[in-house]
Amino acid sequence: MLDTIGEMPPFRGPEAVDIFLTVNGQGATAHLPPHRSLLELLRGPLGLTGTKLVCNAGNCGACTVLVEGRPVYSCITLAVACEGKRVETIEGISKDGELHPVQEAFIDHDAYQCGFCTPGQVMSIVALLRAKGGAPTEDEMRRAVTGNLCRCGAYVNIVKAGMSAARRKK
Amino acid sequence: MAGIRVVKSRDEFEGEIFESLSIIQGSDLPAHAASVEFEEIGKSRKRVDGVQRVTGRATYTHDVALPGMLHARVLRSPYPRARVRAIDTKKAEALPGVRGVLHRFNSPKAAFRGEETIFREEVRFIGDEVAAVAADDADTAARALGLIEVEYELLPHVTDLEEAITDGAPKLEDGGNVFDAGSLKRGEPRQAFKSADAVVEGTYRTSTQLHNSLESHGAVAQWDGENLTVWESTQHVFGVREGIRAALLLPLSRIRVICDYMGGGFGSKGGVGKYSIIASLFAKQLGRPVRCVLTRHEENLAAGNRSATLQKVKLAGKDGRITAVDHTSWSNAGQGRWVANPTGPTNTLYDFANLTTKSYRVVTNAGSLSAFRAPGYVEGTFALEQAIDELAERMGVDPLTLRRRHAASQKDPRTTKTYSLKRLLECYTIGAREIGWTKRRAGGTRGSAPHRRRGIGMATQIWGGGGGPPAYATVHFNSDGTVILRAGTQDIGTGTRTVLAQICSEELGVECDRISVRIGDTEGPYGPISAGSLTLASVGPAVRLAARDAREQFLGAAAGVLEIRKTELRMERGHIVSKGARTPISEVSKKLENNTVIGKGSRWPNPESLAIKTFGAHFAQVEVDTLTGEIVVEKVVAVHDIGRIVNPMTAASQVQGGVIQALGFALSEERVVDRSLGRVMNADLEWYKIPTVLDVPEIVVRFTDRPDRRANNLGAKGLGEPPIIPTAAAVANAVANATGVRLRHAPMTPARVLEALAVVR
Repeated sequence: MLDTIGEMPPFRGPEAVDIFLTVNGQGATAHLPPHRSLLELLRGPLGLTGTKLVCNAGNCGACTVLVEGRPVYSCITLAVACEGKRVETIEGISKDGELHPVQEAFIDHDAYQCGFCTPGQVMSIVALLRAKGGAPTEDEMRRAVTGNLCRCGAYVNIVKAGMSAARRKK
Repeated sequence: MAGIRVVKSRDEFEGEIFESLSIIQGSDLPAHAASVEFEEIGKSRKRVDGVQRVTGRATYTHDVALPGMLHARVLRSPYPRARVRAIDTKKAEALPGVRGVLHRFNSPKAAFRGEETIFREEVRFIGDEVAAVAADDADTAARALGLIEVEYELLPHVTDLEEAITDGAPKLEDGGNVFDAGSLKRGEPRQAFKSADAVVEGTYRTSTQLHNSLESHGAVAQWDGENLTVWESTQHVFGVREGIRAALLLPLSRIRVICDYMGGGFGSKGGVGKYSIIASLFAKQLGRPVRCVLTRHEENLAAGNRSATLQKVKLAGKDGRITAVDHTSWSNAGQGRWVANPTGPTNTLYDFANLTTKSYRVVTNAGSLSAFRAPGYVEGTFALEQAIDELAERMGVDPLTLRRRHAASQKDPRTTKTYSLKRLLECYTIGAREIGWTKRRAGGTRGSAPHRRRGIGMATQIWGGGGGPPAYATVHFNSDGTVILRAGTQDIGTGTRTVLAQICSEELGVECDRISVRIGDTEGPYGPISAGSLTLASVGPAVRLAARDAREQFLGAAAGVLEIRKTELRMERGHIVSKGARTPISEVSKKLENNTVIGKGSRWPNPESLAIKTFGAHFAQVEVDTLTGEIVVEKVVAVHDIGRIVNPMTAASQVQGGVIQALGFALSEERVVDRSLGRVMNADLEWYKIPTVLDVPEIVVRFTDRPDRRANNLGAKGLGEPPIIPTAAAVANAVANATGVRLRHAPMTPARVLEALAVVR
């Protein structure tokens, strides 16, 4: 029996296209086939490896970045869909060497173990704090990271860190 | 060198005792007294690598990108068992961007775990490696996999544990499918069963749990013509180096393995993987760096699992005591050659006078098991601790009281050695107080609605965690007074860098922020695998000795520089302190210029006459919805007896994480395999359910926090695995208390709860 197996060949779209977008406050251009994800653009040509690839299917949240201030799973977001938009990644939230309050709170509360989910968790909480003018409730904080899996089980401290950052921001 | 001796020592690793040799020289330090006030040890310190972790700057293996790097992908068997007759790679090789294809007909010999090749003739599970492609980019490599034509001869298969142990199952090896993996007999169990007042008997099952480390297994290999450098997401850089040596037959001196940060392993990243060898073979063959990392799907087929078990437990009781135990376990090892022992806790936890235990490894056409955080002990405790509750109920004894009667012994029942320290009864007292054990009622209590029942349960934990030699560390003073601590261990997420810095700082008298910790690199001194809860107890004492050696040498040099007798000097918070004077060490080191003080330390053997163990108990409160079958875990109290706590904050994180991972095992995690196809149906994070933040109960963490001064010079033991061991059993006992129904199959899904309730009704 002769058998050919393997994954479906990846879809090769029409030719690569130029994409212009803003990443962490700076203009970025890329020449990519249109089926490329935002995550592939960030980790590949842009070299922003702080954002992690885990499931590549929108299940785990490790690839969370902000597009126009809203948290998205960059693994299931097409790069071309971000044309002209503002993208923020974990590399972009500390300003002038000063950590973002959420990052500081993660360190203070030991809100990580292996750290692989940390960039995604941080970005989800940053998005919540920006969207909420006032302090979020603990329940809102939990719901903000419910789409971010942490296999080490740092959840207790992630929620604590988020709440602490919310208080700090005021 | 003078004074070197070699001594034999016996160390425990994941429930087994191993004999080894230790080189010792000089003398060990005594452990500090319990009353000593420290500057660093025992203090909650933030992680020294925290900034890297929260900014995305921490470099994981997945993030290693080298100029000219090629991407390798693996073609995996689509059949659970087949013979690879022929492989045609012409079309794949013709694809632009493809640089190389490896398979069993063209691959150089590369020994892997007792086999001569990484591409077997007979593939034995869906996901087994058939071929690999290296290409300019990952997409091209993936496309090329689809162009490889393989001729398979299909063979009969079996994937299910209970099917594999039947007579009619296809025989996968010459000896069949079932292999003896250990047994123990103590006393006269047959006699004791005959004369018992009460006997309980139950069949328990635990499903296959997938590690799902967020960073999948993978490696990047670079060959510079003579030397091979491999970046690998691993729990043991030296183990990977040895695995590559065995496969490629390179001298160890030409292999360097680096693991700077790694995204979780939980036991599955214990040594070299086929992906590391594939990357290394390609790198050597093609002269370019090669990256080979697994997709999530591959990760869940071919990167290990906690094997499913089938366990039969029978207990006898008389006069309010447990008088006989019979525990037999079968584990689905897949293609694994090793198996964890679920009867470990039964053999060692209580002072059972009469027992028989047997453990079997069952070979199937499923992905191989690999160690998963307290392998065997999680599964075995789930069965044993439920059986004890059942017997207690049958005899009309409080389950905690029954355990106290058998847990007081200060001797390891298996070796009859005295424990270095055991404060299990104190764990019981603390846990019972925190959960409100006196409020526990037989038959449970009403929950938040009439159809919801509330209950309380508990279970006990035993594990090793004493660590042992060999482990080494060096401490260098730089000319500006900063310090570099090197140890060949790796930080798998537990905070190893941080606690080692604390230990070094304490002994040295130099603040943590002046100490840089360099680990995860075989260019450093040897360190053991970060598994078996042994890192802190193995490497920590070596770091303390290295710091002491460096301090003594530096004080000697300072005595010369300052022209004060060494005996009048001490080091304190980065200063050389003498009568009435404090000189910053940077002033002294500046004068020494590049004359370098290098302190070294090694781990001393464990005391031959003592058994070193960790203990603990978890208490759980649950609410069960009798209409939907949902179990809501409301609170878990986790109490552990693991010696001295070096960093209470990171220690608490370990316990919380252990409890949460255990709740996944207890309630939702289950690999589902289609028996006829042999295919894993949920090799992803969509249908394989790991806990989310919404599944987390209130978790109360407590430690007895008494130094185990006879264990090692720190008095500290391991904590990685203890907190995952008793949670599932405690939850099951709480469910039984709440509903009167015993759930003997983990995970205790709503469907299984409803089924059990229906049987009773």
